[in-house]
Amino acid sequence: MTRRSTLFGALVVLVTAAMTAYALSAIAEDDRRTSRATAAETTSLAQIEKGPRILFRHTGTDADYGHVGAVALDDPGGARAVTDLSCDRVYAQARSISCLATERGVVSRYRATDLAISEPGEAWQEVGGADLPGMPSRTRISPDGRLVSSTVFVNGDSYMVSGFSTRTVIRRIDGKSYGDLEKFTLVIDGRRVAPVDRNIWGITFAEDDRTFYATVATGGRTHLARGDLEARRLTTIADRVECPSLSPDGTRIAFKEADEDGTRWTPAVLDLATGRRTVLAGETHSVDDQIEWLDDDTVLYGLARDGEAVSDVWALDTSASATPRVLVPEASSPAVLR
Amino acid sequence: MYLSLSDRPTTTKSAEPQPHGGRVSRTVVTLGIVSLLTDISSESVSAILPLYLTAVVGLSPVAYGLIDGLYQGVSSLVRIAAGWAADRTDRPQPVALAGYAMSAVARLGLIFAGGFGTISAAISLDRVGKGVRTAPRDAMIAASSDPARLGRSFGVHRALDTIGATLGPLLAFVILWRIADGYDTVLVVSLGFAVLGVATMAFFVPFRTGAVRRVALRRERREPRVRVRWRSVLTPGLTRVTGVSGALALLTVGDGFVYLALLETGGFAAQWFPVLYVGTNLAYLALAVPMGRLADRVGRARVLVLGHLPLAAAYLCAASGSGALWTTCAAVLLLGVFYAATDGTLAAVAGQLVPATVRSTGIATAQTATAIARLLAATGFGLLWYAVGPQVAMLLVCAVLVAAIPVGFAVLRRGSLAEPAEVRP
Repeated sequence: MTRRSTLFGALVVLVTAAMTAYALSAIAEDDRRTSRATAAETTSLAQIEKGPRILFRHTGTDADYGHVGAVALDDPGGARAVTDLSCDRVYAQARSISCLATERGVVSRYRATDLAISEPGEAWQEVGGADLPGMPSRTRISPDGRLVSSTVFVNGDSYMVSGFSTRTVIRRIDGKSYGDLEKFTLVIDGRRVAPVDRNIWGITFAEDDRTFYATVATGGRTHLARGDLEARRLTTIADRVECPSLSPDGTRIAFKEADEDGTRWTPAVLDLATGRRTVLAGETHSVDDQIEWLDDDTVLYGLARDGEAVSDVWALDTSASATPRVLVPEASSPAVLR
Repeated sequence: MYLSLSDRPTTTKSAEPQPHGGRVSRTVVTLGIVSLLTDISSESVSAILPLYLTAVVGLSPVAYGLIDGLYQGVSSLVRIAAGWAADRTDRPQPVALAGYAMSAVARLGLIFAGGFGTISAAISLDRVGKGVRTAPRDAMIAASSDPARLGRSFGVHRALDTIGATLGPLLAFVILWRIADGYDTVLVVSLGFAVLGVATMAFFVPFRTGAVRRVALRRERREPRVRVRWRSVLTPGLTRVTGVSGALALLTVGDGFVYLALLETGGFAAQWFPVLYVGTNLAYLALAVPMGRLADRVGRARVLVLGHLPLAAAYLCAASGSGALWTTCAAVLLLGVFYAATDGTLAAVAGQLVPATVRSTGIATAQTATAIARLLAATGFGLLWYAVGPQVAMLLVCAVLVAAIPVGFAVLRRGSLAEPAEVRP
């Protein structure tokens, strides 16, 4: 054997040993994590469902990571109920839950599952769902629980043209789909257009089961659009609004506002009647979430801890100078249920 | 002193003994293994990158889009420069090695990168590395092969390369399946394979592989470098092949659109999207060697042009709108046939049409023109898609492509380079 081959052989052994050692320690750490009981105080779901509550995705690094949890609205930092339902994104109204999940495999599959109950306190039943064409991003349910929306990132699209692509669909929970929103008529600044590069994401529903709001992006600009489900039309009404969220009284839109690079977001609120924008600059972290309303003047969003898989749900008053506080630790995807 | 700076292509390319009879040169197989290891490394990361960036690093898809743009664009820009550097120094091996090393360093960078800036820097470095190594590597394959069996040599290399590209994502998903948030593990394993690729190259591909001039030349201090002139690169043959390949590439709209058209007509369910790429890869790797042999027998330029017929057939499958499963399978396989017939063949043809002293630059020129034309095709087809709908758009491109193939055929034939024997020195 030549010296060269010996050296190479030694290198192969070294590199293989290093890779294996790293993988084995990662597997051991993963096993430790998934067998650890949750550190948070727990209670039963029936107990929590007796009153108003916040549903969320539990993010503690333990056996329940990624599972849907709930806390009482009047004690959000207190005992939580954790379910077996595992989701990447979750949203809920009083009688419906939408859960977007990744089924990992050699080919990862993505699935939207709808759950429903007829009375609070009953066991949640799977009532519908759909396969998703990509990685879950956003989901919302209309106030009456009949309509569900999902936004996913489609990796296949970005293979051919540089840039990311989203696909947003609105379905009735009983099965009928309104299809891909990119196929809706699009009116930007009063003109009917059909740009190739349009992307639509982040739906929020109004009370009437017909009106909704969404982000429409094309030509490097993002717009807030008002949608009409019956007319299958989207009409832009404001600029630089991403992931809108309609306030419970229907007068304001909470959203994330991008900086110039489009890589950092600050929560903000838009008054629909006056067009007045309030940037909630008290939050200095970049917020990449679809905001939820706790009440008519407080918003909620998930925020990852620095360099960790754990995120927390923060609450922020909608006045410009307010400072945020952690409302539900070890949680993301908050939904307020009354 | 022995000095030969003539532009005449040389028959004996390297210090390595020429393989006799049916064997593919050891250097070609070694380069194939280097590509296999490197592709395991790069494709395992590519497979998890969208998930990793958005789910773990917390970049938004908008930022990911910017990164993806870098990913696609950077590579073709540096390719010609690297080809030029390889020819100028007459040492393709160290230039290619530098390219592989850059990608390995980029993997290391990705492990420690935390923000948008560092990640895009790491990904650009990886793509620059890919751009740097491609043409010098193909020049080494050309130099280490029996000119009569060039197509098969490239076939062997591309088959090994594609095995790596198929194993990479598989490895990534096995890791993520076992370790829920095992992105770090994927990155570390990817770095390991990149290091093994670089080491294989450094240890087993001799420094002078692909060098054209004699060793004695190194003593001549006055003119140690070759002047790479565009005049000698752009031979009538290379210009014609680059033109034809580039023109046909303008009608190559990309697998993504073919798959999307099949998706539109209900040929398969959306979640099987990634499987289609695997199917095309498998067809490619199975057919790379037979196609290379065929090219050696009937003429490489001929196979390069006629290789676009399966592409046209794939368009037809996508446009048929039958929604039948077999049209999807057929389209996936036909795309594999197209790549097997054209990818390695282009490098083989281009490398033989320029003097050996500017081979890397010649190959880089043909590849860059083709890559840029394909990017344009994807953008243009996107517009057509929305204007007339997927089916009509596919049929239109299919018709133009079928009409263009005989034209391309005639252009290459007029230059009488269809027969490999005639480009032999």
